[in-house]
Amino acid sequence: MAKIASSFLDISYLDSLSCQQSPIHRLDPRAKVIATAFFIVSVVSFGKYEITGLIPFFLYPIVLIALGDLPLVYLLKKILLAAPFAVFIGMFNPLIDRAILMNLGPVGISGGWISFASIMLRFVLTVSAVLALIASTGFASICMSLEKMGAPNSFAVQLLFLYRYIFVLTDEASRMVRARALRAFEGKGMGFKVFTSMIGQLLLRALDRAQRIHLAMRCRGFDGEIRVFRQLTFGRHDGAFILGWFMLFVLMRLVDIPQWMGNSVTEFIR
Amino acid sequence: MHMADALISPAVGVTMWAATAGLTLYSAKKLKENPDDSQTPLMGVLGAFIFAAQMINFTIPATGSSGHLGGGMILAVLLGPYAAFITLASVLTVQALFFADGGLLALGCNIFNLGFFPCFIAYPFIYKQIAGDRPTRHRILAGAIAASILGLQMGAFGVVLETLFSGISELPFVTFLLLMQPIHLAIGIVEGLVTAAVVTFIWKARPEILNMAGAARPIGRLDIKNVLAGLLVVAAVTGGILSWFASDHPDGLEWSMFHTSGKEKLEPAEKGLHSLFARLQEKTAFLPDYGFMKVEPDKPSKHEASAAPEKKEPWPAVSAGTSVSGLVGGTMAMGLAGFIGFALKKRHKQR
Amino acid sequence: MSHHIVEMKDLHYTYPDGNSALHGVSFRITHGETVAIVGANGAGKSTILLHLNGCLIPETGTVRIGDFPLTRKTLEHVRRTVGMVFQDPDDQLFMPSVYEDVAYGPLNLGLPLEDVEERVVQALSTVGMLHLKDRPPYRLSGGEKRSVAIATVLSMSPSILVMDEPTSNLDPKARRQLIHLLKTFEHTIILATHDLDMVLDLCSRTIVLKKGRVEADGPTRDILQNQELLDACRLEKPLQLQSCPICNPGSGMQ
Repeated sequence: MAKIASSFLDISYLDSLSCQQSPIHRLDPRAKVIATAFFIVSVVSFGKYEITGLIPFFLYPIVLIALGDLPLVYLLKKILLAAPFAVFIGMFNPLIDRAILMNLGPVGISGGWISFASIMLRFVLTVSAVLALIASTGFASICMSLEKMGAPNSFAVQLLFLYRYIFVLTDEASRMVRARALRAFEGKGMGFKVFTSMIGQLLLRALDRAQRIHLAMRCRGFDGEIRVFRQLTFGRHDGAFILGWFMLFVLMRLVDIPQWMGNSVTEFIR
Repeated sequence: MHMADALISPAVGVTMWAATAGLTLYSAKKLKENPDDSQTPLMGVLGAFIFAAQMINFTIPATGSSGHLGGGMILAVLLGPYAAFITLASVLTVQALFFADGGLLALGCNIFNLGFFPCFIAYPFIYKQIAGDRPTRHRILAGAIAASILGLQMGAFGVVLETLFSGISELPFVTFLLLMQPIHLAIGIVEGLVTAAVVTFIWKARPEILNMAGAARPIGRLDIKNVLAGLLVVAAVTGGILSWFASDHPDGLEWSMFHTSGKEKLEPAEKGLHSLFARLQEKTAFLPDYGFMKVEPDKPSKHEASAAPEKKEPWPAVSAGTSVSGLVGGTMAMGLAGFIGFALKKRHKQR
Repeated sequence: MSHHIVEMKDLHYTYPDGNSALHGVSFRITHGETVAIVGANGAGKSTILLHLNGCLIPETGTVRIGDFPLTRKTLEHVRRTVGMVFQDPDDQLFMPSVYEDVAYGPLNLGLPLEDVEERVVQALSTVGMLHLKDRPPYRLSGGEKRSVAIATVLSMSPSILVMDEPTSNLDPKARRQLIHLLKTFEHTIILATHDLDMVLDLCSRTIVLKKGRVEADGPTRDILQNQELLDACRLEKPLQLQSCPICNPGSGMQ
């Protein structure tokens, strides 16, 4: 029950963030999607033992969050919530790859730990970039940009409809769950039979609703195609955004900047 | 079961994206051929239903853990394979964007693992054969369980392969397999039971829904074969081309466009293919566990140039001297990035 | 203009699941009338409304909207003339934003973009929702959704407005605003409703349904004061008439 309510609030909150005004929000959604795609591919293209080379990439999500006026703590919490799968798989690395690769003073660090750290870094980078993307762009705009970039119209429309009715159906589901919980006294969980019945009811109601929506659509002239009204304009800012970040990502991928900075500093100290 | 971006390599990610994009375009085309415009709201609402239904948990007796609906099979039964695939793809997209449940690059993998196998293989070849035309309570049960188990097993195997080919996680093939498949067998059984129960519910309450679903969307065997053939070609070509330039070597990927010397271009290709074949050998031989590790000792011999001191690992940058600088530099870089962000935010607020 | 007449002659309809909903319904509504269709749940109100817009085709009998008898071929014409507002606005607001929902109908009619823009602004201003044009529908209140749903239909410039339970789930203020709004319309308005007080306020004529047949059809005042008729049809007097000592001699306040 809490899961339904909190997920509903989550989506709603993230989408409301996208209605803010900021230099990032004003960019064409396609620019942001493309830049984020470059970002993710660059980040995951590193070798599995890479740590220092990944760090400059934090610049991208940080800039998006700062300029886009996005709530940092909220995003960090979401990243934390999403971490378990990556941690679970990544945990095996230290267990299996035990060869010592690096010494920090007296402590030997195995390759497994290094690759685990690399995995976690990648995780935080990629997830924060995606969250910053959705929080600064809005779901409907992303769907529009996907369609303009070649996705089939039926898929973009499907995404929009799905999104529209997630709230309605999660609302129905949470009401049913709450109603049951108020009348359930023994045990804490839902039994299989009740579950099936509830899901079945929810499904029937969903099917009925789909029919009514279809009726409403036909009554307003639906002929099989959804024509979208939104205009997207791609300007110089957007081109500059993509190009600028692309070049920066290439630079950061080829040159290990922190290593270079560190070397300069340690040499200077000597 | 959702793959994260942190665990895949660009080669795997892009290949699976290409496969998924192809499937999506194909399904959309197939949907256009069927002039049933009531599908548009139906797909949207059913996608939302799956979303909502996944939030409801039930307790599995005797284990104390909870289960929930996956939904792929139910969608396939109600919508037919093409519409179900698009609907599932949309649900996974929303999950990836809003809940970080699977990454953006990994979305291609996830849609393939969780969408292709149930919709295009398990449903037409298992469920439909058993329970499609003349459903009875028992046929629905058998069909749903068999189809769910198969679909999930194949999906789980997909995850294992994708993780393996990415080379980021150290999990050896057989260990991962032994981890994933039994778990997903159990999940498959539960999913099958839930699917069967819900389908039976609908069948009893409103049988005409199932009849319409089955009849209106014929999928000849020919179509599936085309799909599979096309996919294999796409996957082979993309994967082949990419792995030619990639190396699943701890060195990381060498982007061919950034290399200037011809010699360096050849080496990665050899290494890439070599280790690929080496791993295939390991897999087909019944050697447990440390097959992955066994390949590695060969590699340093190809890396005379990047001699690392005492250690046998081939990664040149990770040695005693550079590690301290690396730490210093890393901290500095992180601090710098954070400072830039802070400054930007302040400037933005002042405006 | 006399050509926007709504006429039903001996309409029969049975649902696919066997439920026989209408057993010979006939009435004639002329242009500009505001008519309420009342009756118990299951009496057939919604079924009649669905025929008015061509969502259902009569089993036997005829439906005539303006110049056109209702057949599969005239559906498009009928749908341009009759605008239907559904009971659950969530079923009617399916686009990502208010603006796009109101623009949906005109776009489907093939109107050029400037005309669409004009119609959308006009419709939203009429219902007082222009300031919400960029909102996604899931962030609207019940009353706002209801108003926007009306706008989605208004933008198609229908001459006949059909509404199913328009005041359900509205708070008193929103309800009052809706009644006020409907009073300003010059369209022919046909409402199916349980809200008998609104009927008294708004509708000059009332049709009472009982088990798929027209039980009474006449001036609202007469019908809603006929205690026997109301009792027989599972209805009551509107609340504003219930404690009136003249209408209910001897009852007083209880």
